[in-house]
Amino acid sequence: MSAVVSLTNVHKRFGAVKVLNGVSFEVGRGEVAAVIGQSGSGKSTALRCINALERIEEGTIEVCGHAVHDPKLDRRALRRDVGIVFQSYNLFPHLTAEQNIMLAPMCVKSLSKADARTLAQDVLARVGLAEKADHYPEQLSGGQQQRVAIARSLAMQPKLMLFDEVTSALDPQLTGEVLKVMEDLARGGMTMILVTHEMSFARKVATKVVYMHRGTVWETGPGAMLDDPQTPELRKFVGGEM
Amino acid sequence: MPTFTIVHLEYLSWAALWTIGLSAIAFLGGGLLGFAMALARISPNRWVRNAAAVYIQIIQGTPLLILLFLIYFGVAILGFNRVPAILAAGVGLTIYASGFLAEIWRGCIESVPKTQWEAAECLAMTRWQRMTRVILPQAVKIATPSTVGFMVQIVKNTSLASVVGFIELSQAGKVINNSIFEPFKIFVIVAIFYFAICFPLSTWSRSLERKLNVGRR
Ligand SMILES: Nc1ncnc2c1ncn2[C@@H]1O[C@H](COP(=O)(O)OP(=O)(O)OP(=O)(O)O)[C@@H](O)[C@H]1O
Ligand SMILES: [Mg+2]
Repeated sequence: MSAVVSLTNVHKRFGAVKVLNGVSFEVGRGEVAAVIGQSGSGKSTALRCINALERIEEGTIEVCGHAVHDPKLDRRALRRDVGIVFQSYNLFPHLTAEQNIMLAPMCVKSLSKADARTLAQDVLARVGLAEKADHYPEQLSGGQQQRVAIARSLAMQPKLMLFDEVTSALDPQLTGEVLKVMEDLARGGMTMILVTHEMSFARKVATKVVYMHRGTVWETGPGAMLDDPQTPELRKFVGGEM
Repeated sequence: MPTFTIVHLEYLSWAALWTIGLSAIAFLGGGLLGFAMALARISPNRWVRNAAAVYIQIIQGTPLLILLFLIYFGVAILGFNRVPAILAAGVGLTIYASGFLAEIWRGCIESVPKTQWEAAECLAMTRWQRMTRVILPQAVKIATPSTVGFMVQIVKNTSLASVVGFIELSQAGKVINNSIFEPFKIFVIVAIFYFAICFPLSTWSRSLERKLNVGRR
């Protein structure tokens, strides 16, 4: 089994609140997994655990050969393999689009400035923003900022990309341009886990759907599962979303 | 009875230069030490963090006058019976400034959103790289107006350095007054000197603040 990501019986609490209650799922190479579920079901937390942004109390998480649950985890090595894009873009406001992208390759991979710039132009072109290289984040629309954020992650050539509701802050028109970039990525063979409320996108692009409910994986299966829910909770959820 | 002359004015001008010089020492020394303390305050190591907090609390809780006395006489107890006034005053003001700048700057560093740390962390950057390439450039912008504002405080507080025998602007005023006894005239002139030093700083601080607000919208 060539799982890029595998979670086994993961438990996580914030103080007295139990957020993840034995979460298990696997994502194979080249798969696109859509994580769906009601607000508060633990989707973002699960994603953050995969990237070691949160520590877990119980269970195991293996990501690209890294034992994420191990207290001796080399976080930087993990982060070289895993890119993450957030709902709020989190671009560096004091740097231009191009500089945002160049920073990590220069710091982490010791790329020369010239090589980093070539790389930045390359990934900016991939997200359709070649002409915005010199713009500061505040001079870009939300959709453009999000695409720069995706490009910034891509520049590190990750083996796995995580997306946490990356279109939730955008209006429908801007959502489309970001989803298109993600679809291109999926088609290019990138392994992706995306938390999303875009059901039609999940149906179209996801090879696997993970429905989370109350801190557990309630139901999981291929994209078609959304058209034939097995549990009343998912039926209700899918019904409510449409 | 002698009266205020150009000689006195010249004397005050020299004293004003000492005031500026002492302020610069305090600001540079206090800036370096304060910056180190600000970083220590947010260190991942609890002991370093607590030690810095104690240092800052002590400095902020001690009147500058007492701090100057402690250094002046404390060093004498250690066996150096003659501390040059500039040294005692410079060290005292440096320590004083470091305690306040550390807190101002810690606040500015912490006001950069946590998500910026996280974004940099997720790009596999080291803690040092995150700090120097992502957080500090943003914190500097936030810190500039309050830092310049604090420089004005330093300039005014140099007047206390006279207690360790340092002749700066206000001490020079007293010296002149002892010989010609025209206190009102003399101290008005002294005040004008202070104003001439501080006003450009305040103006600069206000304009930076305006620029910053425009930038942030
Ligand atoms: N840092 C935190 N401290 C305390 N509680 C938290 C923290 N982060 C999340 N929680 C709580 O954990 C629960 C799950 O949060 P999470 O963000 O994972 O949900 P989600 O499924 O992503 O929801 P949404 O669709 O609203 O983004 C929520 O009840 C939330 O209040
Ligand atoms: Mg969430």
